[in-house]
Amino acid sequence: MKISENWLREWVNPEISTDELVEQLTMLGLEVDDVMPAAGDFTQVVVAEVVSMEKHPDADKLNVCQVDAGTGENLQIVCGAPNARVGLKAPLALIGAVLPGDFKIKKSKLRGMDSFGMLCSNVELGLSDDHSGLLELPGSAQIGQDIRDFYQLEDTIIDIDLTPNRADCFCIKGIAIDVACLNKTGLNEISIEEVKATHSEEISVNLDAKHKCPRYLCSVINNIDNTKQTPIWMQEKLRRSGIRAIHPVVDVTNYVMLELGQPMHGFDKESINGAINVKMAKAQDTITLLDGKEIKLDESFLMIADDVRHLAIAGVMGGENSGVTEKTQNIVLESAYFDPATIMGKSRDIGVHTESALRFERGVDPELQRQAMHRAIQLIVDICGGEVGPITEAVASEHIPKIQKITLSKSKLRRVLGFEVPQQQVTEILQGLTMHVETDENAWHVTAPSSRFDIAIEEDLIEEVVRIVGYDNMPSENLFGESVISQMPEEHISHNKIKTQMCHLGYLEAINYSFVSEKHLNDFNLASDSFALKNPLTEEFAIMRTSLLPGMMQTIKYNLRRQNDSIKMFETGNVFHKRSNIQEDDKILAVCTGKRHIEHWGLSKDPIDFFDCKGDLEALLNNCKSSYKFSQSEHSFLHPGRQAQVEIDGKIIGWIGQIHPEICRRIGVKKDVYAFELFMKNIQKTSLPVFQDVSKFPSVRRDLAMLVNDDISQQQISHLVSDILGDLLVETIVFDEYKGDNIDSGKRSLAMGLVLQQKNATFEDKDVDKLMSKVVSSISQDLNIEIRGN
Amino acid sequence: MENLNQILEKALTEINSAIDNQTLEDIRVAYLGKKGTITSQLKLLGTLPGDQRKEAGIEINKAKGKLQQNIQARREILQALELEKKLKAESIDVTMPGRKISSANIHPVTRTMDRIVSLFAGLGFEVKTGPEIEDDYHNFEALNFPAHHPARTMHDTFWFDDGHLLRTHTSPVQIRAMKNMSPPIKIIAPGRVYRSDSDQTHTPMFHQVEGLVVGETITFASLKGVLNQFVNAFFEKDLKIRLRPSYFPFTEPSAEVDVEWKKDDGTTGWLEVLGCGMVHPNVLKSGGIDPEKYTGFAFGLGVERFAMLRYGVKDLRQFFENDIAFLKQFN
Repeated sequence: MKISENWLREWVNPEISTDELVEQLTMLGLEVDDVMPAAGDFTQVVVAEVVSMEKHPDADKLNVCQVDAGTGENLQIVCGAPNARVGLKAPLALIGAVLPGDFKIKKSKLRGMDSFGMLCSNVELGLSDDHSGLLELPGSAQIGQDIRDFYQLEDTIIDIDLTPNRADCFCIKGIAIDVACLNKTGLNEISIEEVKATHSEEISVNLDAKHKCPRYLCSVINNIDNTKQTPIWMQEKLRRSGIRAIHPVVDVTNYVMLELGQPMHGFDKESINGAINVKMAKAQDTITLLDGKEIKLDESFLMIADDVRHLAIAGVMGGENSGVTEKTQNIVLESAYFDPATIMGKSRDIGVHTESALRFERGVDPELQRQAMHRAIQLIVDICGGEVGPITEAVASEHIPKIQKITLSKSKLRRVLGFEVPQQQVTEILQGLTMHVETDENAWHVTAPSSRFDIAIEEDLIEEVVRIVGYDNMPSENLFGESVISQMPEEHISHNKIKTQMCHLGYLEAINYSFVSEKHLNDFNLASDSFALKNPLTEEFAIMRTSLLPGMMQTIKYNLRRQNDSIKMFETGNVFHKRSNIQEDDKILAVCTGKRHIEHWGLSKDPIDFFDCKGDLEALLNNCKSSYKFSQSEHSFLHPGRQAQVEIDGKIIGWIGQIHPEICRRIGVKKDVYAFELFMKNIQKTSLPVFQDVSKFPSVRRDLAMLVNDDISQQQISHLVSDILGDLLVETIVFDEYKGDNIDSGKRSLAMGLVLQQKNATFEDKDVDKLMSKVVSSISQDLNIEIRGN
Repeated sequence: MENLNQILEKALTEINSAIDNQTLEDIRVAYLGKKGTITSQLKLLGTLPGDQRKEAGIEINKAKGKLQQNIQARREILQALELEKKLKAESIDVTMPGRKISSANIHPVTRTMDRIVSLFAGLGFEVKTGPEIEDDYHNFEALNFPAHHPARTMHDTFWFDDGHLLRTHTSPVQIRAMKNMSPPIKIIAPGRVYRSDSDQTHTPMFHQVEGLVVGETITFASLKGVLNQFVNAFFEKDLKIRLRPSYFPFTEPSAEVDVEWKKDDGTTGWLEVLGCGMVHPNVLKSGGIDPEKYTGFAFGLGVERFAMLRYGVKDLRQFFENDIAFLKQFN
């Protein structure tokens, strides 16, 4: 909210500079976003009147004016503004004037005619961005007066970012109360007097929706002088608050809103048929608003209607058919309290943002309506005259929010803050905030003003006290209290450890968005059980990811296009599925592509393959000290012959494979990409090390060269061998695999080294031979393997 | 004996000019081998008269010893030379680049989050996490955001059709933790959060760390103390901080914390880095904790914000572009 510093200082005027005031506001919790001068920086601009005007002989759009600026003789000014005319009073920048942007005014020639200055619009003076023509000054403006004096421009606009709880500060009065309390200066309240009614005409009001509008006041003013203009001081206060002057009645309602916090509305009395009815809209109803927008309504809209039609969306905006115009003579003023929850979100729903809606949805003081009505009538009559009628009030007091008395105990105050605030100071602070306070030995019994409906519990009062004491003046203390040693389960492998290990394996961590586009999920056939956001920002971020892969593949593609030929990256994060209910699983994905090693004179230039990726995966699995197994899988996003599912303790925990080359091609990745994805929770469990005696006896190694049919996996052989040898087998080394020349197709040659050791004796050759022949006969019978070189 | 001296002299010359082990061995065989010159001299001893025999024997053995000594000495020299030659041939250009495993690092957001969490872990805070897909109750209602509360509009929420939502902050973890623990509670909850906002200073997904302390002696002044220490420890600088009144539905009193920061243009200004406050009694009640007996404080901070300040990153969006050239800088 923008306010004029001068206006605020009419209410409360502590002896502090603008900078200090701004700092105080921020530290009061009324955060100042911006501070700017009320007008651009300019000098020597005065009120001037166009005395005569002729067409420029050589330019169609220019006029040559004789202008009286109170300098003694008339000045010739060449001017192209469309509204230039004889009798117009406008600001004139004299020769020697400096306008905002260090624009110096000099005597000049325009198409051969001398010009001794420049007539100005709002834009040139940095007042607003209205460049439709010269700034028209009222006839009463005194010729020759400095414009800065005329408009009282030595002022600052302070833009405050209000938190949702401080609805009371949506007006000068609310802010002034806080400033007055902090500075202990007291408040210069304006005097609001009721204007005596001179006629008895009333419009009757029916509150249909009592709980949504428990109070509605209206009053008829007849025969206003519609030729009157809003006075400059009011126009300027509005302008400095970011509101344009439109019409004296509208301007007054806006002014009262800015001053006291009550949004009001003015109707043209002639447009109202019968009574005013405050009621809910019906489905299919429509209304055309003041800004010409037609709105489709539904049952959630609270409306102001007459006996025939809708007049306004309550608290949001008036209708086109009932607003005041320059022809209006008889008006009806509205001052009402609307329930915040009813107004909340309405302006967002229909895309109409008004100052009124903003205040009603945060909440307006429910006891303010009559005072605001008095103030508005007083101001309207001051400006436009008119015959004032009685104030009609429809009220459902049972639905008006009530302020409760709250007790703040001294011990609670001390216990929450951790330091002592003197009793007298607390009382003064609460009273300074216009609360009613009764004190006893142990507590303050406080009734907040109706404008502070945010004060509901003891803690709210504590905040008020410490806010005025100043958070800066509060001591800093160490955290004491009981300390408990946190649990540190040793059989849990932390995220940190896994991430560090991935880094050591050469994988760079990425963090991708948790939502992806439907297309990207579909590219990988990973859309089943997926679910979408109801209100996504864009299509790119529409569906919750079911796998870390689609997002990561976009990252891989992005980096491949930036001259990275070899990439290893990983991510950990949640994936989401909707089955019977929403499921959220923590996963880790590793992706690699390109060369096995960085380019180096002493390293091979071989490309990364499946087994590089698998080695990294096994490094993670080995942490768990559980047996794991790889078996065939059928993921359609993976190469059909180069993929496996990973099982640990009989549970499938993930997959590994080459991303299907056709999918890579389709998404624009031109390299072979290998990846694995696992459930985090399954690789985070390990067991404590259990010490075992180290054997002092030598081990022996026997190698087996085998011819193996293609349908037999190495894993099968290993399992069989290990079943036979049991604990005696301490290591299996697969040291060669060969297919091709000299080997029948459908077969491959495999070479494995078996390392055997006994705990308490040296192996005798004959015992080893016996074991080996058992192994050989088993694998040749069970797996149809031919042993070579035997 | 003239003869023996001549033999000896000749042999010594040959030994000292031998250029390799083989030549030396040949020389040894020629003199000391079974048919060697010296050996044959010894064999001839028997033909000498008895009185000369002894003396001659001594002389020949002396010569034999001398030869053996010299051969051994020469052998050692030759071996040393050979080793030297071999080592010389093995020398390499030690300035060639070493073989390296391509190294990698964690993401700067993870790095920052780990740092924050470790600092609080040092104070005895326990790490807790919660789901990213939340219900209205945990994300709003239990945190004292009643339905239609204006504060809800501060959070641009991503919704799902069934009424679930993506958590807009890590604060729901407060509720889950309080329900599962009893005071004293000291937890830190890092995690991803979501808001439907995207521009230069907002990404629809970002990271927060939430802190919650509940006990019998937890005060606003101790909150100020902890955050002061934390900010100084995180930035390893004695930075000025200020608490400024603000509003969050789940804390009362509430504060924003600003840090005095030197800007690029050399001026200093206040920079908002986190929000905090005393846990609202309604929130304690939601967590099953008696607000008459216990008080608590809570704080929440944006991890990316801290990472940007710590490492000088200018554009928030870079964190999620995952450009390798960007990520590799955080090793």
